Amino acid sequence: MGLTSKSTGLSLLKNKYNIDKDDKDMIVIALAGNPNTGKSTLFNTLTGLNQHTGNWPGKTVCNAKGTFKYRDKEFLLVDLPGTYSLLANSVEEEIARDFICFENPDITIVITDATCLERNLNLVLQVMEITDRVIVCLNLMDEAKRKGISIDIEKLESRLGVPVIPTVARDNKGIDKLLETIYKMINGNIEANPYRLKYSDEIESIVEKIEPILEESLGSKYNTRWLALRLIDGDKAIFNSIDNILKENSV
Amino acid sequence: MELVSKSFVSYKIRKHEIPLNELPVGKKARIKMLSKNILPRRRLLDLGLIPNTIVKTERISPSGNPIAYNIRGAIIALRKEEIENVIVEILD
Repeated sequence: MGLTSKSTGLSLLKNKYNIDKDDKDMIVIALAGNPNTGKSTLFNTLTGLNQHTGNWPGKTVCNAKGTFKYRDKEFLLVDLPGTYSLLANSVEEEIARDFICFENPDITIVITDATCLERNLNLVLQVMEITDRVIVCLNLMDEAKRKGISIDIEKLESRLGVPVIPTVARDNKGIDKLLETIYKMINGNIEANPYRLKYSDEIESIVEKIEPILEESLGSKYNTRWLALRLIDGDKAIFNSIDNILKENSV
Repeated sequence: MELVSKSFVSYKIRKHEIPLNELPVGKKARIKMLSKNILPRRRLLDLGLIPNTIVKTERISPSGNPIAYNIRGAIIALRKEEIENVIVEILD
């Protein structure tokens, strides 16, 4: 039996997120970020006229997807709803979280507002807990400059352990560098080593107990450490998501 | 006037400490604690209301609810019910 679209999870992509991954070489990039940081601006800049919007089934929240080409690769860009956090307490957060966690986008770009970077880093850390392949995009650099804010990008990069790219999406600035970074990361030329949060010994020891159980029933496709942490959180929404995976797997 | 809601009787409010919704316009305060019982606790933390954060009341809507605060560089309007269990210490 070959790889059917069901076994590779592509059917889920199509059914749940209205994404048609027709080309297997298509690289999926998720755009996450706080509200009003310029996700859609960046989205439009990258995709040009290719964008078209789609609905998350059963939800009133819209997501946009579009394609673009860079060098020899084709990319599928998914614009996720703006959120402050992934520890879902709203539909938007749930969508963003489920996409990053369960759809395994090849790269997740977190767009941050350089004028109030501090409050954006919460989401960056949360995304980095789920996936290694993260690029942080420091948008609105022009406004930050006007406000007299200067950011030590190299230091931020070394502390976070992922590439940090300053941009002004509105004026097309920094986009080339962003594309180049995406390309390098896909080809494995950039080794991201994201900063990992360590929890208290008590929590870590519980995680160690839960993780193998999760891995056994879900497989190694998902970030079981993160799922274990959410279970400890008592996050009810994650129970449903895990339930769905188990159902998918048993089909 | 009742300063302490029933949900966290255990916390003793000290001098200079008030619920965030009573912070006058233009005043700054340092967050002391968020009651464990309040429902949107996680949400408030995500918005940047973490203990020791300094917040400033920017303006109050005509009806007194919601109130806009400057939290870590962004102005965010919050409902009174959401923040009456956030205890702050008035600065200056």
